[in-house]
This record gives sequence, C-alpha cells and structure tokens, in this order.
Amino acid sequence: MGLLSDPNRRRALTKLLTRLNAPICVMCYLAGVAWFMGLAFEPFTLRTYMSENAMGSTMVEERFPAGERALATGREFAAHKKKVGGMPVDWLVKTMQSRGLEVFTQSFTRKLPFPDENKERYMVRGTNVYGILRAPRAPRTEALVLSAPCSEGNNNNQAVEPCSIPTNLPPLCLLLVPSGGDWSPLQGRGGSIQAALSLELSSDVITSLDLVLEGLNGQLPNLDLANLFYAFCQKIGVLCTIQGKLQRNDWDTTSGYSHAAQTMMLMVLKQASGRPWGDHGLFLRYHIEAASIRGINSFRQYKTDTTTIGRLLEGMYRKLNNLLERLHQSYFFYLMPSLSRFVSIGYYMPAFGLLAVILLLRALDLWVQLGASPPGTEDGPSSPGVLSILTPVVISHMTGVALYTLPILSQEMAVQHFPVSETEAVVLTAIAIYTAGLALPHNTHRLLQGEGTEEGWRVLKLVALLYLAVLLGCTALINFSLGFILALSLVPIAAFITPHTPKALSAAIMVLLSPGCTLLYCVFVFQELQETPVSLQDGWMLFLSVISQGILDHALYGSLVYPLLALLIYPCWLLLWNILFWK
Amino acid sequence: MAAPLTLLLIVAVTIRAVLFRSSLAELIPERVEVVSPLNAWKRVVEGLALLDLGVSPYAGDVFHETPLIIYFFHFVIDYAEIVFMVMGCVFLLQFRKQKYALEAERYPLDCLELIRTPKEMYYIPLKVAMFYLLNPFTILSCVAKSTCGLNNAVIALFILCTVKGSSLMSAIFLALATYQSIYPLTLFAPALLYLLQRLYIPVNWQRSSFWLFTTQYTFMYLGSLCVMVCLSFFLLSSWDFLSSVYGFILSVPDLTPNIGLFWYFFAEMFEHFRLFFICVFQINVFFYTIPLSIKLKEHPIFLIFMQIAIISIFKSYPTVGDIALYMAFLPAWNHLYRFLRNIFLVSVVLLACSALFPVLWHLWIYAGSANSNFYYAITLLFNVAQILLVSDYFYAYLRREHHLTHGLYLKRKDGSEATLVLK
Repeated sequence: MGLLSDPNRRRALTKLLTRLNAPICVMCYLAGVAWFMGLAFEPFTLRTYMSENAMGSTMVEERFPAGERALATGREFAAHKKKVGGMPVDWLVKTMQSRGLEVFTQSFTRKLPFPDENKERYMVRGTNVYGILRAPRAPRTEALVLSAPCSEGNNNNQAVEPCSIPTNLPPLCLLLVPSGGDWSPLQGRGGSIQAALSLELSSDVITSLDLVLEGLNGQLPNLDLANLFYAFCQKIGVLCTIQGKLQRNDWDTTSGYSHAAQTMMLMVLKQASGRPWGDHGLFLRYHIEAASIRGINSFRQYKTDTTTIGRLLEGMYRKLNNLLERLHQSYFFYLMPSLSRFVSIGYYMPAFGLLAVILLLRALDLWVQLGASPPGTEDGPSSPGVLSILTPVVISHMTGVALYTLPILSQEMAVQHFPVSETEAVVLTAIAIYTAGLALPHNTHRLLQGEGTEEGWRVLKLVALLYLAVLLGCTALINFSLGFILALSLVPIAAFITPHTPKALSAAIMVLLSPGCTLLYCVFVFQELQETPVSLQDGWMLFLSVISQGILDHALYGSLVYPLLALLIYPCWLLLWNILFWK
Repeated sequence: MAAPLTLLLIVAVTIRAVLFRSSLAELIPERVEVVSPLNAWKRVVEGLALLDLGVSPYAGDVFHETPLIIYFFHFVIDYAEIVFMVMGCVFLLQFRKQKYALEAERYPLDCLELIRTPKEMYYIPLKVAMFYLLNPFTILSCVAKSTCGLNNAVIALFILCTVKGSSLMSAIFLALATYQSIYPLTLFAPALLYLLQRLYIPVNWQRSSFWLFTTQYTFMYLGSLCVMVCLSFFLLSSWDFLSSVYGFILSVPDLTPNIGLFWYFFAEMFEHFRLFFICVFQINVFFYTIPLSIKLKEHPIFLIFMQIAIISIFKSYPTVGDIALYMAFLPAWNHLYRFLRNIFLVSVVLLACSALFPVLWHLWIYAGSANSNFYYAITLLFNVAQILLVSDYFYAYLRREHHLTHGLYLKRKDGSEATLVLK
C-alpha cells in the first residue's frame, strides 16, 4: 500500500508522470503498433495443436464411394434450379427422402428496413429444407450439422452431394439453410447440436478448400475446429487455405513475413466488420461451434474431385462424433496469420492494452492538473457548472441517436424530394447527419452563457477520455479487431486534442481520423489485401454499400457494429471535437 | 430549497416512469447484478401466488422474503411501481430533517477552513437526494422492482429517527430492518452511541445512567423484534419463515453469481469445509463493529455510514441497490474531499467494472467464450474498489480530526513542514 498511501512517493510519481507524459504516450503507441505487427512474425506465434483429447488420432480409413453419384445429383440440382428459378424445394425433398432422411421444410420471410441493392431484394423470403439422418444404433442425444446455402446463379450446386453420405455414420442432422427471419415453426427434432459445418462448393472439381471462421460480431469458433480441418487436409492431401492465401514456409524473408501479416490483417478486418462471413456465423451465437468450408477452383494443375471432398467431410464428422462434450478445450479468442499458426488472446491483448494505457495516462495527467490548479485565479466562476459539462455530452449523444434512427425513418421523405433510391437515401442521410455533427460546437456555445473556461474543457476531456477508455475496453473484449482498429485511430486524437493546438491542422487530423474515415481506409486496405485494388470512385461506391450492409446486418442478424459506432463511438468523437472548438 | 428538491423529484420520477414503460423493463429484472434471490420481484410474485393458493409461500425454496413483506404486497400489488418510487422519495425526506451541530470554537485558528459553514451544509440534503435518486444503481434497482428499495427506506427511516433522538422509533425501525435482513444488527452499536451522546450520557462502564439507557434501548429493540417475529408467526401460522429467510441468508445455499464474494468460493468448496467457511465469511461482516465502534465512539454518524458500507460489501447477496444506499451518504462528507487520496482510481475502477459486468456476463453465458473466472475477477475488482473507497473516507475522516486538534499546517519540532503518513 506504500504507493497509494505514502505522500512522498506519490508526489514523486505524479511529478514524473506529468513531466514525461507526452513521450511515454508516444512510446506506448509505437510499442502497441509494433507489437501488433510483430504478431505475424512466425517465431512469436504458436503452432496449432489439437487440444481436445477425444479428437485425437483415429485408425479409420475413410471411404466415400458415392463421388460420381454426388456429381450427378449436383448437376440435376443445377438443372432444376434453373427451371424453377429459385430453390427446387420439391425435388430436394424427394431426393433427400430417397436417400433415407426424414425431410422437413420451413418457410420464412423477413422485410428489410430498406431495399438491399447488392442482392436486389426488399424482402428476404425462402424455404429451408432440412433432413435428419438418424443413426441406427447410437443414442440420439446429440447432432452434427452440415449446411449448404442455396444462392442464385450457379453457385453452390455441388453442395447437394451430402445426400450421398452413407448411413453408417454418426447421428447427423442435415440442414439447407439460406438465412433467418420470420419463420414457420420447425417440425423435425434431432439432438442438441454439437458442431456445424457449412459447405459452399461452386464447381465440380476444386483445387483448394478455404476455411472461413469469422462469425457474427466477430465471434470465432473454437480453434479445435480449424485444427481439425487442417489436420484432415494434411492427411488426405487437399490444399487448404485461410483468407484465400496459401501457407508459406519462408518466414525469415520480408515477403514471407508480409504474406503472414496480410493474412492476419485480412482476418482482423473481417472480424472487425462484425458480419458473418459464411452461414456458420449464425450458428456461433447459440454456442454451436461452426465453420464454413468454401471450395475454390483456380488455375492449378492438380484438381481434387468430389470423392476426396466426401472423404474429407466423412473423416471430419467421424472425429466430431467422438466428442464427449462440446468443444471447449482450445481457444475461443485468437488470430491466425496462417492455418498452422495462431496467436492467442494473451499475446494480442497487450497490444491493445498499450493503446488503452495512453488514455489512462492522459486522464491521470488531467486529474493532477485539475487538482493542482489554484481556485479563483480565473476571471469568472472557477469551477465549471455541471451544466456546462453536461450540455456537450447530452448534445453529442442526441446526435448519435439521430444518426442511428433518422436515416431509416426519413427514407420516404428523402425519396420524395430527391431523385435517389431508398438505399442511397438512407446512406446519404447517414453521411449528412455525420457531417452536420461537425457544425455543432459553434451552436452549442450560443446556448451556454459566455465562453468556456480553462477548467471546463479539462473536466470535459477527462470525462471523454475515461468514457473512450471504458468503451474501447468493452469493445475489445467482445470483438478485439474492432476495438483495436478504433483504438488505433481514436487514441491519438483523444490524447493530444486541446483547445490550444493549431485549429486548422487539428481539425483536419480529427476529420481524417474520425470513425467514418477509418471505415473508408479499411475498405481500401481490405481491397488491397484481397489483391483486387479499387480506384477512388469504386472505393467510394463500395464504402456506401458497406454502410448500407452494416445497417441491414443490424436489422437482420443483430450485428452490433452499426449501433456501437452510431450511438457510442461517434458521440465520443463529437465530444473531442467540442473540446477542440472550446474557445 | 423546496424548488430544486421538487424539480429533482419530478426528474427522478420521470426517468423511472419512462424506464418502466420501455422495453428495458423486461431486461433489467433478469440481471444478476440488480436482483438477488432475496429481493427479486419474480420471487415475490411467486410467493404471493402460493399464498393465494393456500400453500405456504416458503414451500419450494423460491421465496425468501419475510411474511410482513408478503402481506404488504398483497395489498399494493397493483401499484407496485408507484410503491417503489415512493420508497425512493421517503429516503430523501429523512435528510431534510437532519441537523448538523456546528462545531465549537475550540479549534486552532488555522482550522477555520476545515469547519463547515452553514451555507455548505444547507445544500447537503439536496446533494444527498441527487446522489440517491439520480444514481443509475438506484434507478436500475427501482425499475427491477427489487425489494432492496424497501430495505433502504427502512434503514433511512431508522437513521432519521436516531438523529432526531427518539429512541423508541429508532429501536422499532432498527428491529424492522434487522427483521428484513439480519445484517443491520450491527447498526445497534452506532445508534446506541449516538443516542447516548445526544443525552449527554458519557460512555463509562461505571456510570449507572449508561447502563440504564442501554438496557432501555436494548429492551425496546428486542421487544419490537420479538413482536415482529411473533406477528409473522401468527400471520402464516408456522415457523417456516425462520429457516427460509434467516437460514437462507446465513447459510448461503444459492450460488447464483452476483456482485458479492460468496458465490465463487462456495461453488468450489468441499462439503467438509463448508460450515467453517460460512462461519468465517459471516463473522467477517459482524466483526468490524467492535474495532470501528471503539475508534469512532465520538462520531456515531460516521460509524453508521461505515457499517452500512461494510454490510453492503460483505453481505451474502449484495446488489447494486445496497451500494446505492451508502453512496447516497457521500455528499454528507463533502468536506473530507481534500483529504481523499485515491478518489480518482476508485471512481475509474468502479465505472469500468460497472461497464464490464454485463460484457463479461454476455461473454460467459451467451457467447460461451469466457467462463466464471472472468466474471469473478470483475466482481473482485469491484469489491476491492469499494473497500478502497470506504477506507479512504475513513482515513480522510481521521485525518481531519487530527488536524482539528493539532492544527492544519503541521510542523516538525525544528519548524519545517511535516507530512502525515499512514503506517
């Protein structure tokens, strides 16, 4: 307790902190960024390993005799889909029944708050077809799920092949599920679902399998599922990738390191978006470990056929069948620079911690300044009234609420007065409200009497710093990538903004580092990393569609990114903007 | 004074009414930080339903409130929300009547700045009212319809009666508070000390006036307690409530996570040692009365505050409503602000932990990515911050007393400036 109670030591420590505050903050920021980039460096990562004992090695040789039959079924499915123009529900039901499954259907509709331009729909409507394969001799208390999304066009025809899996397998529940919404009640009953795999195959032969892990709100499945996939790909000899990138062995070269760093950055950006990047993303909310496997057909020589894929799936399901309890042994919070290496939460959290410490150091510095400033030296009231601090806070949050609710509510009015479609109306209203917030400080001061005081902005900044620190901390716990990206852009401005910094330069930097612009940069960086760089024009259109997708995800799936940014992060940024224009 | 107070009342009632009608009113009563098995509204409704069916409300181990509460709610069940709001208002009434004695002129001259002016003290009731009514913890507790609000009101009435000097009413309310949950028993000592001080009876073992008053007060207290217990027996015609209420509080059978320290320990305790550790944990709550009473025997009001804080932290099923009770008293000690050393750290930690409770609960129960260790870590941190807050106020109080007797600017024997160090 010496530090907290001994006044001499306290005084020495606070003097040190006040003197060296700016250098320590800069060093912490650089250390945080360096730590994060260093996570992709192979000696700092751990090799993946199977944590769950029950999923250890099996001696079984997988057999999947129905490869040709699966291909034929796939082609039939494609033909029927083209004929019907949607999902051929009746044919599916018949085919699945002929394989010995109990088949049920479930129809659903869901109205979107505004039309989705990407998928050109106003209403999500469809039918889920699901079949239950009951194991003949096993107890029926658990289930595994294989799901395949059915989308328009030529995608995913080959995913129908699961129907050909022989019946001597563990209890299975097969589902074909596009997406969620208002639904009719489910009829069939399987066991409690232990794990789920979503399969997306678009061609008859594939060259590699891509694993997709990121789910809704950045939730990831247990690492054992990824380990399982990788182990089986090694065993059967199929090329496997993550984020579409193959693994490289030359970690000590610059290009090898940058490859790993790019893979990791792709994962971070995908996790930060909060979208489910495959159908598995929706299972994760319910404690069901799920991953998506996507088949990729590129210009490689060596092609893998359906039989091999079938053997792979069979092997994975056999292993999953051995589970005695849910997957819980391995990590739930991790980043993967490549499929065989991972970074656990204990290694990546210090990067965020270093950034958060900057906010706390500045807050401590402000507190010491506030305590040391002698009362009554200012002309006018020395201690700021609660009202002068409360007003900016309330106004910022009101603007945040407006940013959250107004775009959707006012889309009809906007469509009437301007020649834009509903989606554009929503997105442009959101951007308009966002930019209108920049004009706030000039209006707020007209409401308050007189100019703000020196102590006033210090108290407001203290409140803003603590608010931002708690907010970023909570965000990083739920979705580390989102918290880290927001911290990267918001911490520098939060730490160094005062009313005394040069106004024009600070205003420019603040706008460039605001949450909206961070989103814009992320879009460009994401496209770069995916090796499909876009021009400024296309990037802007992509940015607009990202905003509309974010709002739709929130309405459809309950993604938290849009409400977080609109209701909490944006008001915090506005508070800092208010501080900049305090005088 | 009346105008700001009325405004405050209107604002507080509006906030609670708005929240009652919003969708949050279904979410909040589910939160474990706000309700505990002792004071959850769901359980009161369950007990009332059982009573209406003619079965003992304590059958089934769901209901753990006292019989008087159940009969009270039997009559006001339709107006439950209003009852809770009124209770909050009752709480602040007691501060309007409090009078603080002006300290005498016997202190050294440079301590004048330490003595509180009447003008400052004029605003204290308003600040206390604000701290209680607008405290998010209180608002959450009220919207959840947790009977914690009722308990707080009873304790507030007890403090009011004690300060006014009426020993009978004080004994009755203390008995009611003890009857509700056993822990206010520790408030007996400070109440006795205050009443003795008020009647100018010195605390001296040899004086007969001391023993006379003590026995008087004890009899009033024990008598009221017996009356209440017997009344409960006659209302329900059985002694079930003793084991369901007091047995439940003391033996802690329910280990639902909450913001207290008991659940995690006892979830992993071997049966063999359970009784021992129950005794240790429960004695922990009562034990601090003795040293605190000895040290603070001239300052019984502060002793009441310390006791309430210790009860809120160490009781078996704490909720945020209990914390709101002792936090409401903090403005009464505004003058100690300059001696507080850790207020920044404590407030930041309390704020961060309050924000992290729902996040880690979500990660543990809904996402399945965290486990109970994460949640208990935050609970521990929260309680450590509270203990630090209470001990900081204690230090500040003692330091002010020291300055009042020895002067504000301390000098060593050779005339240089000295600093006070707590060893």
